[in-house]
Amino acid sequence: MAFGTYKEVVCARSTDKDIQKVSQDGGIVTALFAYALEENIIEGAIVAGDTEDPWKPEPTIALSREDLLAAAGTKYTFSPNAIKIKEAVRQNGLEKIGTVGTPCQIMGLRKMQSYPFSTRFVADKIKLMIGIFCTENFPRDSLRTFIDGKLHSSLAATTKMDIGKGKFWIDTVDGKQGLKIKETHGYEQAGCNICRDLVAKYADVSTGSIGSADGWSTVFPRTEGGNEVFQAAVEAGLIETKPMDEGKFGLELLEKLANNKADKGNAERERRLGLGLPLPQEL
Amino acid sequence: MLEGLKKWFNKLLGREAKPDAEDEKAKLKDSVQQVVEAESKPAEEAKKAADAAKAEAESSEPNIEESSTQEVEKVADKPRVGYIHMSGCTGDGMSLTENYDILSTVLTEMIDIVYGTTLVDVWTEGTFAQEMPEMDVALVEGSVCLQDEHSIKELLEVREKAGLVVAFGSCAMTGCFTRYSRGGQLAQPKHESFVPISNLVKVDAAIPGCPASPEIIAKTIVALVNGDMDYLTPMLNMAACDLACGCDLQTSVVNKALCCGCGTCVLACPTRALEMVEGRPSHNKSRCIKCGACSTHCPRTWFPAERVKKDLGL
Repeated sequence: MAFGTYKEVVCARSTDKDIQKVSQDGGIVTALFAYALEENIIEGAIVAGDTEDPWKPEPTIALSREDLLAAAGTKYTFSPNAIKIKEAVRQNGLEKIGTVGTPCQIMGLRKMQSYPFSTRFVADKIKLMIGIFCTENFPRDSLRTFIDGKLHSSLAATTKMDIGKGKFWIDTVDGKQGLKIKETHGYEQAGCNICRDLVAKYADVSTGSIGSADGWSTVFPRTEGGNEVFQAAVEAGLIETKPMDEGKFGLELLEKLANNKADKGNAERERRLGLGLPLPQEL
Repeated sequence: MLEGLKKWFNKLLGREAKPDAEDEKAKLKDSVQQVVEAESKPAEEAKKAADAAKAEAESSEPNIEESSTQEVEKVADKPRVGYIHMSGCTGDGMSLTENYDILSTVLTEMIDIVYGTTLVDVWTEGTFAQEMPEMDVALVEGSVCLQDEHSIKELLEVREKAGLVVAFGSCAMTGCFTRYSRGGQLAQPKHESFVPISNLVKVDAAIPGCPASPEIIAKTIVALVNGDMDYLTPMLNMAACDLACGCDLQTSVVNKALCCGCGTCVLACPTRALEMVEGRPSHNKSRCIKCGACSTHCPRTWFPAERVKKDLGL
């Protein structure tokens, strides 16, 4: 149950050298969108693009492989990709859209697809939703605070961020620096504290680094559509796979972390109920 | 005919369901379901599916001798629907008619519009003025003006004559943009107080949206016909809700530490009154029309996990 429903779970990475160079881990999101664009499964993808300000991503409509490569890599702060979807449909005239999001972002869009109350002919255009594993998300000023204050560096100097092996890492010209995850606690947004979904259970395909070795990603194809695209990309040779490591640093670790998140989420829900605060109504 | 819908009424009205089953009805339901599902496919595919469904429905029609008695039964059993127009822009009614593929089937075979000013001309003050008939469902579009005695009289009568009163669209549910009215306009300067219909009568279900999208209307019709109560639960839950503007999103989601910054509210907003600033919806009051789309679509107000799983085959 920790992983939701899925067709299979594999270790995978993009075989494309260009993608490998810029991707966070296995480059699965970039590779899948690039394949889907190529095959006209989607006509565009909403991704977290970079802006002039360091580490201030903005939802961007990627219409080409180049656009995708420019936006590759994880940003550990908000990029509410949903907000670009209406523009992609109505201004760009896209009929088939892909998007990538955290578990909560996927939930918002899935709710909209099942109950499209006030979004006339928008939600049905989303054809491929890739969910990324998420333990929590940080406001940009939180990143700034602990990168400045605890790592004595700056957002501008940071070229890559990563979470792994119990630490929050930044790459700068001076090398790699890590901050114990514990030290980042309290900087995450409050809305994350009631979340129980680490593995994006409602995505077409979910992916993330937890459970796989460096340079690889753990992938769960979930829906029929998501599985088709993933398998086709594997068959086309754009993604290579290997069996998951079932052990302590593989699936076992992912399961442990997923359960931890669910337990913490439940505990926080209990606490809030005790205070008489509202929770999302589950239907 | 339409046993599912009847079951739904009966359950809500506390009546006992009358058991009956008909193959023909099931086929009709299937054909509409197929069309609705096909709507999410590209237009060409959708048309093919619609044609196929239609052909199937036609081929399975009983021969003429048998049909005469069944026709009578069918007509007698179709749910009687009223469409009541209060103060609004008719956008929800137009949205209903935008379901081109299933509209004729819905209007001719699935429901009887027994009262209305747009889809039919049957209303108490109309060209063919007549008594308001008994209705199974009354779809009320628009808010009600407290200075308009005709509207109030009509709404109160609707409540008496209709089994279910549905606030159809945001004006009826929240008041929407009519909330900004302050009177002083021609031709009725005194008309200044426009309120959600739930302020005056008990409302059984609400379908928010400005306008309610063609898809949600189609999905609701299919759920009604299938007696799919679960799908309608959010609509029933929202029946008495009349607070749903961007301010309410701030107080009931952001202020309650529930916002996760997903941006769904911004996507849902029809007037660009919301934008994301530092991961939170920022509300521009002068653009907000109080339609409630943001709160309705927020995954942190309510989340239909079971329905999502079902729709995805998970």
